[in-house]
Amino acid sequence: MGFFTRKHSASNAKERLQLVLVHDRTDLTPAQLKSLKNDLLKTISKYIEIDPDAVQIEVESEGRAQRLIADIPLRNATRSK
Amino acid sequence: MTAQVITITSGKGGVGKTTAVANLANALAMDGKKVVCIDGDIGLRNLDVVMGLENRIVYDIVDVIEGRCKLKQAMIRDKHYPDMYLIPAAQTRDKTAVSPADMIRICKELRAGADFIIIDSPAGIERGFRNAIAPADRVLVVTNPEVSAVRDADRVVGILEAEEKENTALILNRLNPALVKNNDMLSADDVLDLLGIPLIGVVPEDESVIIGSNRGAPVVTDAKSRAGQAFRNIAKRIQGEEAPFMDLDQQTGLWGALQKLTGRK
Repeated sequence: MGFFTRKHSASNAKERLQLVLVHDRTDLTPAQLKSLKNDLLKTISKYIEIDPDAVQIEVESEGRAQRLIADIPLRNATRSK
Repeated sequence: MTAQVITITSGKGGVGKTTAVANLANALAMDGKKVVCIDGDIGLRNLDVVMGLENRIVYDIVDVIEGRCKLKQAMIRDKHYPDMYLIPAAQTRDKTAVSPADMIRICKELRAGADFIIIDSPAGIERGFRNAIAPADRVLVVTNPEVSAVRDADRVVGILEAEEKENTALILNRLNPALVKNNDMLSADDVLDLLGIPLIGVVPEDESVIIGSNRGAPVVTDAKSRAGQAFRNIAKRIQGEEAPFMDLDQQTGLWGALQKLTGRK
């Protein structure tokens, strides 16, 4: 990384900590979160058609509370038949 | 009189717990309060040297628990403040010599004769830490603006939540304002954002802290020290008084004075 283009390290530290604290607090590893995501998508797909690439499932922190946020765009039913 | 029990803890070692205990105890004693410090780090006794009392130890906390002396006999009176005492840790024993119930009993006995009881917790989240937080009315978590210290502080805050210790606040120690300004150190806001607990004070990095420990005379007694000022402010907040947060951006020394003179910052 060049001297002039160097990204200052504080934001790096904060971003890394945000991720690691979510996993520490929920006792959920990144791998477990991934498989939770897959299971969730599989279940939803049984009922409605979704676009797997547009799905966003993340754990977010607010203060000391964590929540699982899922944004799952649905495909229009008219297109499938 | 019924004392408030304050435990200073951190998770990670080396972030400044013992320094914080010695400084806050001295600052409270300077304000005329009666203070008893307890070194909770059995086997790794340190508070005695930081407070400059290592030559006066006869009995320690394990002697009290095992009945070899009265509680009063293990209380070492400070050299400068006759209303400040230290109960030292045992050096040749381990943490299993003390239980959470022992700590609660000792604090109960001390409460009537003091304004504040300050417990220096060992690093880690095991028995020694459990002992230290058991009698606490208030817990101050010390951390540094650094990834490993913040992560460990978060673990400790999580455990305190689970233990229903509700009166918890953060001391952010060893903040380097120049590095923060350059975006190369987590700021106080960043750390508060991450940890989500109230802040009771920010202590700037200051070489006079080391000089103070060398001499066994904590920096709060040095009127010119910035870290000393920060600890005096925290002591005021502990007593329920308002104390302004310092402007850490302020330059000190000759260079700072010159910059001020020329109107540059």
